[in-house]
Amino acid sequence: MSFIAIYVLWLREMKRFWRAKSRIIGALAMPLFFLAFLGLGFNRMGVPGMSNQVDYITFLVPGILGMSLLFSSTFGGLSVLWDKEFGFLKEIMVAPVSRVSIVLGRIAGGVTTALIQASMILAASLVMGFKPSSWLAVGLALFLMVFISATFLGLGLVFASQMKDMQGFSIVMNFVIFPIFFLSGALYPVENFPSWLRILSYLDPLTYGIDGLRAILIDNSSFPLTLNLGLVLIAATGMVILGAYLFERSETI
Amino acid sequence: MKEAIVVKNLTRRFDELVAVDNISFSVDQGELFGFLGPNGAGKTTTINILATLLRPSSGQAFVAGYDVTQHSNEVRRNIGIVFQEIALDSKLTGQENLEFHAMMYGLAKQERLSRIQEVLHLVNLIEKRDVLVENYSGGMKRRLEIARGLIHRPRVLFLDEPTLGLDAQTRRHIWEYIQKLNKEEGVTIILTTHYMEEADNLCHRVAIMDQGKFVALDTPSRLKDILGGDVVTLELDPFFPEVKCKFEYLSWIKTVKRHKNSLVLTMEKAEKRIPELLRLAEVNGSRVTSVHLHKPSLEDVFLHFTGRRIREEEASLQERNRDRFRHHFRRR
Repeated sequence: MSFIAIYVLWLREMKRFWRAKSRIIGALAMPLFFLAFLGLGFNRMGVPGMSNQVDYITFLVPGILGMSLLFSSTFGGLSVLWDKEFGFLKEIMVAPVSRVSIVLGRIAGGVTTALIQASMILAASLVMGFKPSSWLAVGLALFLMVFISATFLGLGLVFASQMKDMQGFSIVMNFVIFPIFFLSGALYPVENFPSWLRILSYLDPLTYGIDGLRAILIDNSSFPLTLNLGLVLIAATGMVILGAYLFERSETI
Repeated sequence: MKEAIVVKNLTRRFDELVAVDNISFSVDQGELFGFLGPNGAGKTTTINILATLLRPSSGQAFVAGYDVTQHSNEVRRNIGIVFQEIALDSKLTGQENLEFHAMMYGLAKQERLSRIQEVLHLVNLIEKRDVLVENYSGGMKRRLEIARGLIHRPRVLFLDEPTLGLDAQTRRHIWEYIQKLNKEEGVTIILTTHYMEEADNLCHRVAIMDQGKFVALDTPSRLKDILGGDVVTLELDPFFPEVKCKFEYLSWIKTVKRHKNSLVLTMEKAEKRIPELLRLAEVNGSRVTSVHLHKPSLEDVFLHFTGRRIREEEASLQERNRDRFRHHFRRR
Protein backbone atom coordinates (compact mmCIF):
# COMPACT_ATOMS: atom_id res chain seq x y z
CA MET A 1 0.00 0.00 0.00
CA SER A 2 1.27 3.46 -0.85
CA PHE A 3 0.46 6.26 1.57
CA ILE A 4 1.82 8.85 -0.84
CA ALA A 5 -0.66 7.66 -3.45
CA ILE A 6 -3.53 7.90 -0.96
CA TYR A 7 -2.37 11.39 -0.03
CA VAL A 8 -2.03 12.54 -3.66
CA LEU A 9 -5.48 11.28 -4.57
CA TRP A 10 -6.91 12.96 -1.48
CA LEU A 11 -5.10 16.20 -2.31
CA ARG A 12 -6.47 16.18 -5.85
CA GLU A 13 -9.98 15.72 -4.50
CA MET A 14 -9.49 18.67 -2.12
CA LYS A 15 -8.21 20.94 -4.88
CA ARG A 16 -11.10 20.02 -7.13
CA PHE A 17 -13.59 20.51 -4.31
CA TRP A 18 -12.15 23.87 -3.41
CA ARG A 19 -12.24 25.06 -7.02
CA ALA A 20 -15.80 23.91 -7.69
CA LYS A 21 -17.61 26.45 -5.54
CA SER A 22 -20.81 26.14 -7.52
CA ARG A 23 -20.75 22.39 -6.93
CA ILE A 24 -20.52 22.93 -3.17
CA ILE A 25 -23.44 25.33 -3.22
CA GLY A 26 -25.44 22.93 -5.36
CA ALA A 27 -24.71 20.03 -3.03
CA LEU A 28 -25.70 22.06 0.04
CA ALA A 29 -28.86 23.54 -1.41
CA MET A 30 -31.05 20.44 -1.40
CA PRO A 31 -30.44 19.31 2.22
CA LEU A 32 -30.76 22.91 3.41
CA PHE A 33 -34.07 23.35 1.58
CA PHE A 34 -35.32 20.09 3.06
CA LEU A 35 -34.25 21.23 6.49
CA ALA A 36 -35.73 24.69 6.14
CA PHE A 37 -39.04 23.87 4.49
CA LEU A 38 -39.82 20.54 6.12
CA GLY A 39 -38.52 21.79 9.45
CA LEU A 40 -40.55 24.98 9.38
CA GLY A 41 -43.57 23.43 7.71
CA PHE A 42 -43.97 20.53 10.12
CA ASN A 43 -42.50 22.12 13.21
CA ARG A 44 -45.84 22.66 14.87
CA MET A 45 -46.62 18.99 14.64
CA GLY A 46 -45.28 16.48 17.08
CA VAL A 47 -43.29 13.51 15.92
CA PRO A 48 -45.48 10.44 16.19
CA GLY A 49 -43.61 7.41 17.45
CA MET A 50 -40.91 9.22 19.38
CA SER A 51 -40.78 8.47 23.09
CA ASN A 52 -39.84 11.90 24.40
CA GLN A 53 -41.30 15.16 23.26
CA VAL A 54 -38.97 16.37 20.48
CA ASP A 55 -39.90 19.11 18.07
CA TYR A 56 -39.68 18.20 14.41
CA ILE A 57 -36.73 20.35 13.42
CA THR A 58 -34.62 18.77 16.17
CA PHE A 59 -35.68 15.36 14.95
CA LEU A 60 -34.96 16.32 11.36
CA VAL A 61 -31.38 17.68 11.68
CA PRO A 62 -29.65 14.27 12.13
CA GLY A 63 -31.80 12.94 9.29
CA ILE A 64 -30.70 15.72 6.96
CA LEU A 65 -27.07 15.18 7.95
CA GLY A 66 -27.53 11.53 7.02
CA MET A 67 -29.14 12.55 3.76
CA SER A 68 -26.27 14.85 2.86
CA LEU A 69 -23.76 12.11 3.69
CA LEU A 70 -25.71 9.57 1.63
CA PHE A 71 -25.91 11.74 -1.46
CA SER A 72 -22.44 13.26 -1.46
CA SER A 73 -20.76 9.94 -0.64
CA THR A 74 -22.59 7.86 -3.23
CA PHE A 75 -21.86 10.53 -5.84
CA GLY A 76 -18.26 10.54 -4.65
CA GLY A 77 -18.01 6.82 -5.32
CA LEU A 78 -19.76 7.16 -8.66
CA SER A 79 -17.44 10.03 -9.64
CA VAL A 80 -15.01 7.33 -10.77
CA LEU A 81 -17.26 7.29 -13.82
CA TRP A 82 -16.58 10.98 -14.45
CA ASP A 83 -12.88 10.29 -14.34
CA LYS A 84 -13.50 7.47 -16.77
CA GLU A 85 -15.46 9.78 -19.03
CA PHE A 86 -12.74 12.44 -18.99
CA GLY A 87 -9.97 9.91 -19.38
CA PHE A 88 -8.19 10.71 -16.14
CA LEU A 89 -8.97 7.29 -14.67
CA LYS A 90 -6.51 5.75 -17.12
CA GLU A 91 -3.78 8.03 -15.83
CA ILE A 92 -4.56 6.82 -12.31
CA MET A 93 -4.79 3.17 -13.30
CA VAL A 94 -1.42 2.97 -15.09
CA ALA A 95 0.38 4.34 -12.04
CA PRO A 96 2.52 1.79 -10.23
CA VAL A 97 0.52 1.81 -7.01
CA SER A 98 -1.69 -0.90 -5.56
CA ARG A 99 -5.36 -0.77 -6.51
CA VAL A 100 -6.19 -0.75 -2.79
CA SER A 101 -4.38 2.57 -2.31
CA ILE A 102 -6.32 4.02 -5.23
CA VAL A 103 -9.59 3.00 -3.60
CA LEU A 104 -8.48 4.27 -0.18
CA GLY A 105 -7.32 7.57 -1.68
CA ARG A 106 -10.68 8.09 -3.28
CA ILE A 107 -12.50 7.17 -0.08
CA ALA A 108 -10.29 9.53 1.94
CA GLY A 109 -11.11 12.37 -0.45
CA GLY A 110 -14.80 11.50 -0.56
CA VAL A 111 -15.12 11.23 3.22
CA THR A 112 -13.42 14.59 3.68
CA THR A 113 -15.66 16.42 1.22
CA ALA A 114 -18.79 14.72 2.61
CA LEU A 115 -17.78 15.71 6.13
CA ILE A 116 -17.11 19.31 5.14
CA GLN A 117 -20.57 19.52 3.59
CA ALA A 118 -22.23 17.87 6.60
CA SER A 119 -20.40 20.27 8.93
CA MET A 120 -21.71 23.20 6.94
CA ILE A 121 -25.26 21.86 7.26
CA LEU A 122 -24.76 21.32 10.97
CA ALA A 123 -23.51 24.89 11.27
CA ALA A 124 -26.53 26.17 9.34
CA SER A 125 -28.86 24.17 11.61
CA LEU A 126 -27.22 25.75 14.67
CA VAL A 127 -28.07 29.10 13.19
CA MET A 128 -31.65 27.91 12.72
CA GLY A 129 -31.86 27.07 16.40
CA PHE A 130 -30.78 23.45 16.61
CA LYS A 131 -29.18 22.62 19.99
CA PRO A 132 -26.97 19.52 20.21
CA SER A 133 -26.88 17.83 23.59
CA SER A 134 -23.22 18.83 24.09
CA TRP A 135 -20.17 19.98 22.12
CA LEU A 136 -18.51 16.65 22.77
CA ALA A 137 -21.49 15.13 20.99
CA VAL A 138 -20.62 17.09 17.85
CA GLY A 139 -17.14 15.55 17.85
CA LEU A 140 -18.56 12.07 18.35
CA ALA A 141 -21.10 12.70 15.59
CA LEU A 142 -18.29 13.61 13.18
CA PHE A 143 -16.60 10.33 14.07
CA LEU A 144 -19.76 8.39 13.21
CA MET A 145 -20.21 10.39 10.02
CA VAL A 146 -16.81 9.17 8.74
CA PHE A 147 -18.14 5.62 8.71
CA ILE A 148 -21.55 6.53 7.32
CA SER A 149 -19.77 8.31 4.49
CA ALA A 150 -17.35 5.42 3.90
CA THR A 151 -20.30 3.00 3.64
CA PHE A 152 -21.86 4.92 0.79
CA LEU A 153 -18.58 5.68 -0.95
CA GLY A 154 -18.14 1.91 -1.03
CA LEU A 155 -21.66 1.58 -2.42
CA GLY A 156 -20.89 4.20 -5.09
CA LEU A 157 -17.76 2.28 -6.07
CA VAL A 158 -19.75 -0.95 -6.32
CA PHE A 159 -22.08 0.68 -8.82
CA ALA A 160 -19.27 2.50 -10.63
CA SER A 161 -17.44 -0.78 -11.17
CA GLN A 162 -20.55 -2.32 -12.75
CA MET A 163 -21.40 0.62 -15.01
CA LYS A 164 -19.74 1.66 -18.24
CA ASP A 165 -20.67 5.33 -18.08
CA MET A 166 -22.98 7.82 -16.43
CA GLN A 167 -25.99 6.53 -18.42
CA GLY A 168 -27.22 4.42 -15.53
CA PHE A 169 -26.89 7.30 -13.11
CA SER A 170 -30.60 8.13 -12.89
CA ILE A 171 -31.45 4.47 -12.32
CA VAL A 172 -29.06 4.34 -9.37
CA MET A 173 -30.47 7.63 -8.15
CA ASN A 174 -34.13 6.56 -8.32
CA PHE A 175 -33.90 2.90 -7.43
CA VAL A 176 -31.05 2.90 -4.93
CA ILE A 177 -30.30 6.25 -3.38
CA PHE A 178 -33.85 7.51 -2.88
CA PRO A 179 -35.16 4.22 -1.41
CA ILE A 180 -32.18 4.14 0.97
CA PHE A 181 -33.03 7.71 1.96
CA PHE A 182 -36.77 7.15 2.47
CA LEU A 183 -36.31 3.82 4.25
CA SER A 184 -33.74 5.24 6.65
CA GLY A 185 -36.13 7.22 8.82
CA ALA A 186 -34.42 10.49 7.99
CA LEU A 187 -37.77 12.31 7.80
CA TYR A 188 -39.97 10.18 10.11
CA PRO A 189 -39.50 7.36 12.61
CA VAL A 190 -39.39 3.99 10.84
CA GLU A 191 -41.64 2.64 13.59
CA ASN A 192 -44.50 4.23 11.65
CA PHE A 193 -43.94 1.85 8.72
CA PRO A 194 -46.00 -1.35 8.43
CA SER A 195 -43.94 -4.27 9.63
CA TRP A 196 -43.04 -5.63 6.16
CA LEU A 197 -41.59 -2.27 5.17
CA ARG A 198 -39.83 -1.94 8.49
CA ILE A 199 -37.82 -5.07 7.63
CA LEU A 200 -36.40 -3.22 4.62
CA SER A 201 -35.60 -0.26 6.87
CA TYR A 202 -33.69 -2.53 9.20
CA LEU A 203 -31.61 -3.75 6.24
CA ASP A 204 -30.68 -0.16 5.36
CA PRO A 205 -27.36 0.87 6.94
CA LEU A 206 -28.40 4.53 6.86
CA THR A 207 -31.16 3.71 9.39
CA TYR A 208 -28.49 2.95 11.98
CA GLY A 209 -26.32 5.86 10.87
CA ILE A 210 -29.13 8.37 11.37
CA ASP A 211 -30.38 6.71 14.55
CA GLY A 212 -26.83 6.80 15.87
CA LEU A 213 -26.58 10.51 15.04
CA ARG A 214 -29.87 11.07 16.90
CA ALA A 215 -28.56 9.13 19.88
CA ILE A 216 -25.44 11.28 19.93
CA LEU A 217 -26.83 14.70 19.03
CA ILE A 218 -30.31 14.77 20.59
CA ASP A 219 -30.16 11.91 23.10
CA ASN A 220 -33.16 10.27 21.52
CA SER A 221 -33.00 7.08 19.47
CA SER A 222 -34.77 3.85 18.62
CA PHE A 223 -31.70 1.64 19.15
CA PRO A 224 -28.88 1.78 21.67
CA LEU A 225 -25.91 3.84 20.44
CA THR A 226 -23.49 0.91 20.64
CA LEU A 227 -25.68 -1.18 18.34
CA ASN A 228 -25.85 1.70 15.86
CA LEU A 229 -22.09 2.28 15.99
CA GLY A 230 -21.35 -1.42 15.64
CA LEU A 231 -23.64 -1.93 12.66
CA VAL A 232 -22.41 1.19 10.86
CA LEU A 233 -18.81 0.06 11.40
CA ILE A 234 -19.60 -3.37 9.96
CA ALA A 235 -21.49 -1.84 7.01
CA ALA A 236 -18.62 0.56 6.28
CA THR A 237 -15.98 -2.17 6.37
CA GLY A 238 -18.09 -4.50 4.27
CA MET A 239 -18.98 -1.94 1.61
CA VAL A 240 -15.44 -0.60 1.30
CA ILE A 241 -14.05 -4.11 0.89
CA LEU A 242 -16.74 -5.02 -1.64
CA GLY A 243 -16.26 -1.77 -3.55
CA ALA A 244 -12.50 -2.18 -3.61
CA TYR A 245 -12.79 -5.81 -4.70
CA LEU A 246 -15.15 -5.06 -7.57
CA PHE A 247 -13.19 -1.97 -8.58
CA GLU A 248 -9.98 -3.96 -8.75
CA ARG A 249 -11.60 -6.71 -10.80
CA SER A 250 -13.34 -4.48 -13.30
CA GLU A 251 -11.50 -3.34 -16.39
CA THR A 252 -11.52 0.38 -16.17
CA ILE A 253 -11.36 1.42 -19.79
CA MET B 1 18.07 -8.08 -21.99
CA LYS B 2 17.78 -6.90 -25.55
CA GLU B 3 14.04 -6.85 -26.11
CA ALA B 4 11.88 -4.12 -24.61
CA ILE B 5 8.71 -5.91 -25.61
CA VAL B 6 7.94 -9.51 -26.41
CA VAL B 7 4.44 -10.54 -27.43
CA LYS B 8 3.43 -14.14 -28.04
CA ASN B 9 0.13 -15.19 -29.62
CA LEU B 10 -1.74 -12.31 -28.03
CA THR B 11 -5.51 -12.35 -28.44
CA ARG B 12 -8.15 -10.11 -26.96
CA ARG B 13 -11.88 -10.58 -27.43
CA PHE B 14 -14.70 -8.21 -26.51
CA ASP B 15 -17.71 -10.50 -26.43
CA GLU B 16 -17.83 -11.87 -29.96
CA LEU B 17 -15.53 -9.21 -31.44
CA VAL B 18 -11.90 -10.26 -31.77
CA ALA B 19 -10.04 -6.97 -31.36
CA VAL B 20 -6.54 -8.45 -31.34
CA ASP B 21 -6.15 -11.74 -33.15
CA ASN B 22 -3.18 -13.89 -32.23
CA ILE B 23 -0.33 -11.44 -32.86
CA SER B 24 3.32 -12.07 -32.03
CA PHE B 25 6.21 -9.64 -32.28
CA SER B 26 9.09 -8.18 -30.36
CA VAL B 27 10.57 -4.71 -30.09
CA ASP B 28 14.24 -4.08 -29.35
CA GLN B 29 15.39 -1.64 -26.75
CA GLY B 30 15.84 1.81 -28.20
CA GLU B 31 13.64 1.07 -31.17
CA LEU B 32 10.97 3.40 -32.46
CA PHE B 33 8.18 1.03 -33.39
CA GLY B 34 4.89 1.94 -35.01
CA PHE B 35 1.47 0.38 -35.38
CA LEU B 36 -0.20 1.59 -38.52
CA GLY B 37 -3.78 0.80 -39.33
CA PRO B 38 -7.29 2.13 -39.70
CA ASN B 39 -9.56 2.83 -36.75
CA GLY B 40 -10.70 -0.38 -35.16
CA ALA B 41 -7.65 -2.32 -36.32
CA GLY B 42 -6.73 -3.23 -32.74
CA LYS B 43 -3.83 -0.84 -32.20
CA THR B 44 -5.17 0.81 -29.08
CA THR B 45 -6.29 -2.48 -27.60
CA THR B 46 -2.78 -3.84 -28.07
CA ILE B 47 -1.27 -0.78 -26.39
CA ASN B 48 -3.76 -0.99 -23.53
CA ILE B 49 -2.84 -4.62 -22.92
CA LEU B 50 0.86 -3.76 -22.93
CA ALA B 51 0.15 -0.90 -20.50
CA THR B 52 -1.69 -3.31 -18.13
CA LEU B 53 -5.05 -1.58 -18.57
CA LEU B 54 -6.68 -4.53 -20.31
CA ARG B 55 -6.11 -8.21 -19.72
CA PRO B 56 -5.32 -10.48 -22.66
CA SER B 57 -7.89 -13.16 -23.47
CA SER B 58 -5.01 -15.47 -24.30
CA GLY B 59 -1.33 -15.30 -25.10
CA GLN B 60 1.51 -13.54 -23.32
CA ALA B 61 3.09 -10.11 -23.31
CA PHE B 62 6.29 -8.96 -21.64
CA VAL B 63 7.27 -5.33 -21.22
CA ALA B 64 10.75 -4.45 -19.96
CA GLY B 65 11.12 -8.11 -19.09
CA TYR B 66 7.98 -8.38 -16.96
CA ASP B 67 4.78 -10.26 -17.69
CA VAL B 68 1.93 -7.75 -18.01
CA THR B 69 -0.54 -9.93 -16.11
CA GLN B 70 1.77 -11.42 -13.47
CA HIS B 71 3.91 -8.38 -12.64
CA SER B 72 1.75 -5.47 -13.67
CA ASN B 73 3.21 -3.10 -11.08
CA GLU B 74 6.77 -3.63 -12.37
CA VAL B 75 5.51 -3.06 -15.89
CA ARG B 76 3.75 0.14 -14.80
CA ARG B 77 6.91 1.42 -13.16
CA ASN B 78 8.84 1.03 -16.40
CA ILE B 79 6.42 2.55 -18.86
CA GLY B 80 5.06 5.94 -19.75
CA ILE B 81 1.95 6.35 -21.83
CA VAL B 82 0.22 9.10 -23.74
CA PHE B 83 -3.35 8.07 -24.38
CA GLN B 84 -5.31 8.68 -27.53
CA GLU B 85 -7.86 10.80 -25.70
CA ILE B 86 -6.72 13.54 -23.36
CA ALA B 87 -6.26 12.10 -19.87
CA LEU B 88 -5.55 15.24 -17.87
CA ASP B 89 -7.44 16.67 -14.92
CA SER B 90 -8.70 19.91 -16.42
CA LYS B 91 -9.47 21.40 -12.99
CA LEU B 92 -5.79 21.27 -12.09
CA THR B 93 -2.99 23.42 -13.49
CA GLY B 94 -0.30 22.00 -15.76
CA GLN B 95 2.17 21.94 -12.89
CA GLU B 96 -0.34 20.22 -10.60
CA ASN B 97 -1.04 17.54 -13.18
CA LEU B 98 2.67 16.84 -13.38
CA GLU B 99 3.04 16.85 -9.59
CA PHE B 100 0.19 14.39 -9.27
CA HIS B 101 1.95 12.08 -11.69
CA ALA B 102 5.40 12.46 -10.14
CA MET B 103 4.07 11.69 -6.67
CA MET B 104 2.11 8.68 -7.88
CA TYR B 105 5.39 7.36 -9.30
CA GLY B 106 7.10 7.93 -5.97
CA LEU B 107 9.62 10.62 -6.94
CA ALA B 108 11.20 12.39 -3.97
CA LYS B 109 10.50 16.09 -3.65
CA GLN B 110 13.84 17.41 -4.94
CA GLU B 111 13.88 15.16 -7.97
CA ARG B 112 10.23 15.79 -8.56
CA LEU B 113 10.63 19.54 -8.82
CA SER B 114 13.71 19.38 -11.03
CA ARG B 115 12.17 16.79 -13.36
CA ILE B 116 8.96 18.80 -13.69
CA GLN B 117 11.02 21.88 -14.54
CA GLU B 118 12.98 19.87 -17.09
CA VAL B 119 10.03 18.34 -18.91
CA LEU B 120 8.13 21.63 -18.92
CA HIS B 121 11.11 23.18 -20.70
CA LEU B 122 11.25 20.28 -23.10
CA VAL B 123 7.69 20.87 -24.27
CA ASN B 124 7.80 24.66 -23.99
CA LEU B 125 5.11 25.00 -21.37
CA ILE B 126 7.13 26.56 -18.57
CA GLU B 127 5.24 29.85 -18.80
CA LYS B 128 1.85 28.15 -18.78
CA ARG B 129 2.58 25.93 -15.79
CA ASP B 130 0.16 27.68 -13.45
CA VAL B 131 -2.73 27.91 -15.89
CA LEU B 132 -5.65 25.53 -15.40
CA VAL B 133 -5.54 22.80 -18.03
CA GLU B 134 -9.12 23.56 -19.10
CA ASN B 135 -7.71 26.77 -20.60
CA TYR B 136 -5.02 24.97 -22.62
CA SER B 137 -5.29 24.48 -26.38
CA GLY B 138 -5.39 20.98 -27.85
CA GLY B 139 -1.71 21.12 -28.78
CA MET B 140 -0.70 22.34 -25.33
CA LYS B 141 -2.61 19.50 -23.71
CA ARG B 142 -0.84 16.99 -25.92
CA ARG B 143 2.54 18.47 -25.09
CA LEU B 144 1.73 18.41 -21.40
CA GLU B 145 0.79 14.77 -21.66
CA ILE B 146 4.01 13.91 -23.42
CA ALA B 147 5.90 15.78 -20.70
CA ARG B 148 3.98 13.86 -18.07
CA GLY B 149 4.77 10.53 -19.68
CA LEU B 150 8.47 11.33 -19.37
CA ILE B 151 8.77 12.57 -15.78
CA HIS B 152 9.57 9.22 -14.25
CA ARG B 153 12.10 8.33 -16.98
CA PRO B 154 10.27 5.34 -18.42
CA ARG B 155 12.20 2.76 -20.39
CA VAL B 156 9.30 2.25 -22.75
CA LEU B 157 7.04 5.07 -23.89
CA PHE B 158 3.68 4.35 -25.51
CA LEU B 159 2.16 7.04 -27.68
CA ASP B 160 -1.36 6.30 -28.85
CA GLU B 161 -2.08 8.56 -31.84
CA PRO B 162 0.16 11.32 -30.44
CA THR B 163 -0.70 13.88 -33.11
CA LEU B 164 -4.37 13.10 -33.66
CA GLY B 165 -6.26 16.25 -34.55
CA LEU B 166 -3.28 18.59 -34.28
CA ASP B 167 -2.29 21.22 -36.82
CA ALA B 168 0.68 20.60 -39.10
CA GLN B 169 3.07 22.82 -37.16
CA THR B 170 2.36 21.26 -33.77
CA ARG B 171 2.57 17.85 -35.34
CA ARG B 172 6.03 18.56 -36.68
CA HIS B 173 7.11 19.85 -33.26
CA ILE B 174 5.91 16.69 -31.61
CA TRP B 175 7.69 14.55 -34.17
CA GLU B 176 10.88 16.39 -33.31
CA TYR B 177 10.38 15.72 -29.58
CA ILE B 178 9.73 12.08 -30.23
CA GLN B 179 12.87 11.68 -32.31
CA LYS B 180 14.96 13.62 -29.83
CA LEU B 181 13.74 11.49 -26.97
CA ASN B 182 14.43 8.30 -28.80
CA LYS B 183 17.95 9.37 -29.87
CA GLU B 184 19.15 11.30 -26.83
CA GLU B 185 17.51 9.45 -23.98
CA GLY B 186 17.39 6.05 -25.64
CA VAL B 187 13.74 5.54 -24.76
CA THR B 188 12.02 2.72 -26.59
CA ILE B 189 8.97 4.22 -28.24
CA ILE B 190 5.86 2.43 -29.41
CA LEU B 191 3.42 4.59 -31.28
CA THR B 192 0.15 3.98 -33.02
CA THR B 193 -1.02 6.12 -35.87
CA HIS B 194 -3.24 6.16 -38.86
CA TYR B 195 -1.17 8.90 -40.49
CA MET B 196 1.01 7.24 -43.08
CA GLU B 197 3.63 9.95 -43.15
CA GLU B 198 3.95 9.80 -39.38
CA ALA B 199 4.80 6.11 -39.46
CA ASP B 200 7.10 6.67 -42.44
CA ASN B 201 9.00 9.61 -40.98
CA LEU B 202 9.41 8.40 -37.43
CA CYS B 203 9.43 4.65 -37.13
CA HIS B 204 12.32 2.27 -37.52
CA ARG B 205 9.85 -0.53 -38.04
CA VAL B 206 6.14 -0.48 -38.76
CA ALA B 207 3.54 -3.14 -38.14
CA ILE B 208 0.58 -2.74 -40.46
CA MET B 209 -2.50 -3.86 -38.64
CA ASP B 210 -5.93 -4.66 -39.96
CA GLN B 211 -8.84 -6.39 -38.22
CA GLY B 212 -6.73 -7.41 -35.25
CA LYS B 213 -3.98 -9.01 -37.29
CA PHE B 214 -0.59 -7.92 -38.57
CA VAL B 215 -0.64 -7.84 -42.34
CA ALA B 216 2.99 -6.74 -42.59
CA LEU B 217 5.89 -5.86 -40.32
CA ASP B 218 9.11 -4.34 -41.58
CA THR B 219 11.06 -1.11 -42.01
CA PRO B 220 9.14 1.53 -43.97
CA SER B 221 11.56 1.36 -46.90
CA ARG B 222 11.36 -2.40 -47.18
CA LEU B 223 7.59 -2.25 -46.94
CA LYS B 224 7.58 0.16 -49.85
CA ASP B 225 9.95 -2.09 -51.79
CA ILE B 226 7.23 -4.71 -51.78
CA LEU B 227 5.47 -2.51 -54.30
CA GLY B 228 8.48 -2.76 -56.62
CA GLY B 229 9.79 0.77 -56.31
CA ASP B 230 8.79 4.07 -57.95
CA VAL B 231 6.14 4.22 -60.60
CA VAL B 232 6.84 6.25 -63.78
CA THR B 233 4.07 6.88 -66.28
CA LEU B 234 5.15 8.02 -69.74
CA GLU B 235 2.67 9.23 -72.29
CA LEU B 236 3.91 8.57 -75.81
CA ASP B 237 2.92 10.23 -79.07
CA PRO B 238 2.99 8.35 -81.34
CA PHE B 239 2.99 5.06 -79.48
CA PHE B 240 5.47 2.57 -80.89
CA PRO B 241 5.42 -0.93 -79.41
CA GLU B 242 9.18 -1.15 -79.89
CA VAL B 243 9.60 1.30 -77.05
CA LYS B 244 7.79 -1.10 -74.76
CA CYS B 245 9.96 -4.00 -75.93
CA LYS B 246 13.08 -1.95 -75.42
CA PHE B 247 12.09 -1.09 -71.88
CA GLU B 248 11.25 -4.70 -71.10
CA TYR B 249 14.84 -5.67 -71.91
CA LEU B 250 16.31 -3.23 -69.41
CA SER B 251 17.31 -4.94 -66.15
CA TRP B 252 16.67 -1.89 -63.96
CA ILE B 253 13.07 -1.67 -65.02
CA LYS B 254 11.07 -4.11 -62.97
CA THR B 255 7.72 -4.07 -64.70
CA VAL B 256 6.29 -2.56 -67.86
CA LYS B 257 2.59 -2.17 -68.48
CA ARG B 258 0.79 -0.52 -71.35
CA HIS B 259 -2.27 1.57 -70.75
CA LYS B 260 -3.63 3.09 -74.00
CA ASN B 261 -0.86 5.42 -75.13
CA SER B 262 0.96 5.30 -71.84
CA LEU B 263 3.59 3.05 -70.36
CA VAL B 264 3.60 2.38 -66.65
CA LEU B 265 7.07 1.39 -65.41
CA THR B 266 8.34 0.47 -61.96
CA MET B 267 11.95 0.95 -60.91
CA GLU B 268 14.23 2.12 -58.12
CA LYS B 269 15.40 5.74 -57.93
CA ALA B 270 13.23 6.73 -60.84
CA GLU B 271 14.18 10.42 -60.68
CA LYS B 272 17.70 9.50 -61.89
CA ARG B 273 16.38 7.29 -64.68
CA ILE B 274 13.89 9.62 -66.29
CA PRO B 275 16.37 11.39 -68.64
CA GLU B 276 17.49 8.03 -69.96
CA LEU B 277 13.89 6.91 -70.44
CA LEU B 278 13.19 10.02 -72.47
CA ARG B 279 16.28 9.47 -74.60
CA LEU B 280 15.38 5.80 -75.26
CA ALA B 281 11.87 6.72 -76.26
CA GLU B 282 13.14 9.31 -78.68
CA VAL B 283 15.74 6.94 -80.20
CA ASN B 284 12.93 4.48 -80.85
CA GLY B 285 10.81 7.02 -82.62
CA SER B 286 8.33 8.05 -79.92
CA ARG B 287 7.95 11.45 -78.40
CA VAL B 288 7.21 11.67 -74.68
CA THR B 289 4.42 14.17 -74.11
CA SER B 290 4.11 13.79 -70.36
CA VAL B 291 5.95 12.20 -67.44
CA HIS B 292 4.49 11.32 -64.12
CA LEU B 293 6.56 10.05 -61.20
CA HIS B 294 4.95 8.48 -58.15
CA LYS B 295 7.04 7.53 -55.15
CA PRO B 296 5.19 4.82 -53.22
CA SER B 297 4.12 5.74 -49.70
CA LEU B 298 3.02 3.53 -46.86
CA GLU B 299 -0.45 4.49 -48.01
CA ASP B 300 0.14 2.44 -51.16
CA VAL B 301 1.55 -0.38 -49.09
CA PHE B 302 -1.50 -0.25 -46.91
CA LEU B 303 -3.86 -0.29 -49.87
CA HIS B 304 -1.85 -3.08 -51.37
CA PHE B 305 -2.30 -5.20 -48.26
CA THR B 306 -5.71 -4.34 -46.97
CA GLY B 307 -7.44 -3.30 -50.17
CA ARG B 308 -6.73 -6.57 -51.88
CA ARG B 309 -6.55 -8.62 -48.74
CA ILE B 310 -3.14 -10.03 -49.57
CA ARG B 311 -1.01 -11.38 -46.77
CA GLU B 312 2.70 -10.85 -46.81
CA GLU B 313 3.71 -14.38 -47.85
CA GLU B 314 1.42 -14.20 -50.83
CA ALA B 315 2.81 -10.85 -51.78
CA SER B 316 6.36 -12.08 -51.75
CA LEU B 317 5.27 -15.16 -53.62
CA GLN B 318 3.78 -12.96 -56.28
CA GLU B 319 6.96 -10.94 -56.34
CA ARG B 320 9.00 -14.06 -56.94
CA ASN B 321 6.64 -15.19 -59.64
CA ARG B 322 6.97 -11.86 -61.34
CA ASP B 323 10.77 -12.10 -61.23
CA ARG B 324 10.69 -15.60 -62.64
CA PHE B 325 8.42 -14.47 -65.41
CA ARG B 326 10.69 -11.59 -66.27
CA HIS B 327 13.78 -13.80 -66.39
CA HIS B 328 11.96 -16.16 -68.66
CA PHE B 329 10.93 -13.31 -70.91
CA ARG B 330 14.38 -11.86 -71.03
CA ARG B 331 15.97 -15.15 -72.02
CA ARG B 332 13.82 -15.47 -75.05
